[in-house]
Amino acid sequence: MNVPEPYRLLLYLVGTLAFVGLNAAYLVWVERKGAARFQRRPGPTEVGPAGLLQPIADALKLLSKQVLVPPEADRLLFRLAPLLVLMPALMCLATIPFSAALGARDLNLGLVMVFAFGSINVLAIMLGGWASRNKYSIISAARIVSQNVAYEIPMLLVVITLLMVTGTMNLREIVEQQAGGFWHWHILRLTANPLMPVTFLIFFICLLAETNRAPFDMAEAESELVAGAFTEYAGMSFGVFFMAEYANVLVGCSLATVLFFGGWQSPVGVGSGLLWFLLKLYLLIFLVVWVRWTFPRTQFYRLLNLSWTLLIPVSLGILLLTAGLLKVF
Amino acid sequence: MLLEQTISTRGTEPAPETFVLNLGPQHPATHGVLRLKLTMDGEYILRGEPVPGYIHRMHEKMGENRTYAQFLPNTSRIDYLAAMHYTHALVALVERAAGIEVPPRAEYVRVITSELNRISSHLVWFGAYLLDLGGFTPLLYAFDDREKILDLLEAITGARLTYGYYRFGGLANDVDAAFVEGTRAFVTYMQPRLDLYRKLVTDNIILRKRLEDIGPISAEMCRRYGASGPVLRGAGVACDVRRTEPYSVYPSLDFAVPVFPEGDCLARYRVRMEEMAQSLRIIDQALTQLPEGPIQAKVPRVIKLPPGEYYSAVEAARGRFAIRVVSDGKDIPYRVKLRTPSFANLTLFEEASQGMMLPDALALLGSLDLVIPDIDR
Repeated sequence: MNVPEPYRLLLYLVGTLAFVGLNAAYLVWVERKGAARFQRRPGPTEVGPAGLLQPIADALKLLSKQVLVPPEADRLLFRLAPLLVLMPALMCLATIPFSAALGARDLNLGLVMVFAFGSINVLAIMLGGWASRNKYSIISAARIVSQNVAYEIPMLLVVITLLMVTGTMNLREIVEQQAGGFWHWHILRLTANPLMPVTFLIFFICLLAETNRAPFDMAEAESELVAGAFTEYAGMSFGVFFMAEYANVLVGCSLATVLFFGGWQSPVGVGSGLLWFLLKLYLLIFLVVWVRWTFPRTQFYRLLNLSWTLLIPVSLGILLLTAGLLKVF
Repeated sequence: MLLEQTISTRGTEPAPETFVLNLGPQHPATHGVLRLKLTMDGEYILRGEPVPGYIHRMHEKMGENRTYAQFLPNTSRIDYLAAMHYTHALVALVERAAGIEVPPRAEYVRVITSELNRISSHLVWFGAYLLDLGGFTPLLYAFDDREKILDLLEAITGARLTYGYYRFGGLANDVDAAFVEGTRAFVTYMQPRLDLYRKLVTDNIILRKRLEDIGPISAEMCRRYGASGPVLRGAGVACDVRRTEPYSVYPSLDFAVPVFPEGDCLARYRVRMEEMAQSLRIIDQALTQLPEGPIQAKVPRVIKLPPGEYYSAVEAARGRFAIRVVSDGKDIPYRVKLRTPSFANLTLFEEASQGMMLPDALALLGSLDLVIPDIDR
């Protein structure tokens, strides 16, 4: 679209804010309804039809609450952390192409930018945990740092594997390469790498670990650390953390859609567009919800063992295999 | 290796690097007002000291200030999840001491309701334990099943939690055909449910990894601390009061005492899951053998036990529950001592949790299946 630059910026800002805000609110609803269905109960029903106004009621309640800062806490950092946790997610969405025409920025280094900003999330949660001056929060902060260090490595290795196949970091070009039917999607590009579905699996596991979703929700671990890094947060500052979790799931699943499932491309080759992107995105998000309400939490050290002894060697192997195959053919 | 060094060089003396984590009295993992004072080195527990007493209600002292019949409601409120067993201990004690002959129908109904209560108690543990481990969904399934038991018991006792159903020499109410039918239906409903739990939860790889070899408790340690119930049977000792000191009509019923020798959290988990299946077997047999007849023996209006010491133990859901009463011949006991399983099981936590990591220690704590009023009584 040929929109003049200042308007484009404004449109992007309003658009992503609305998209993230709406999604964060309604993914909470989806999660609650989904969890309820898995647990054979109705979930929210009272506020609005099928409880559809529940997120708005929740947001109003959180907004009306006092933002408490514990007296021992580092005031500035304590207030800053919720901001820092939400902003990177908004930035990441700038590079995600939702359809051929819809995308805020067409960056040649789009993939790098997503990962660069994605990592800030971890620092922000750590900051929140550390600034709270709460023992549970500090344990949680320590956990989240080692967890994310352990999981960024296999995730990046997987992405490098994919980069060798695509030859570009521009997300739009990556999607365009996957045009023409689902057998062109990267997850099924077995000629470049016969282990592509495994690659996706590693990516998905890392995605769960990166976004601190169960079964890897060590940082929250409510039966161990109460709410971990968020223990001392009240009112909307907690709400922002809560939103950021869903915003990060949104970014992660968007990225998975773009990298592995052909973005806006239709699986039959005709009728590609935004709807396909959203469909794939929400199916992946549903998968994330499904996993959370099905599996118990793993132990923290087992999670690290899984990364260092299984995911990193396997993803390194896949990397070598792909490099070899590309060299030979 | 590193951990062992840490402990051996520092002992349990707080070093500058350690900190004290106050877990509870309000914490999701303690299921009530239990406080754990954890001296931690990072996530390793150097010393885990349980601090009970936040819900002490002086049941023993209350027992020494009222008649036996007046103390009967208290027994439902010690372990509120297994009220039947606790009432059973007191009525059995008084019946034995006063020489009251209980009609057989009443004894069978006691066994049926006790075992139903055992299943409902284990179901609460199952759901809550999975919640401790971060699995949210089984809780709702377990409570759904438990609801059926509560409905059955509510129909005959009028209460859902604190039943107070057993009376000296019999029962408060007779059971009707609807209860017998409903219980039969429940037994046939519950057996496939246990299979479902085995497939969905017990065989889950994450759960296995979380429980296997975690929190080992040896039989020797159980002996030192007086641990009983599933904790002891999960350490490989086939000790069940229903077998070793038979009471009621348990000797005429055929059931197995599940024993797992590993002593880890998984062993305790499997003991309880297996016990639910055995309880279903007991209920099934008791329903078949349920005789007709009176439900209440003739009991003097004021019960006075002859001077002396009396002792009665039952296998409650959490282990051996025993009452010791010293009577001086009056209608009010001179001394009442309650021996509760949760208290004995809690005491081994400090030793067992040493050197564990926080999530594992909470898995251990959950596998002890503590009910806090049962600790504090």
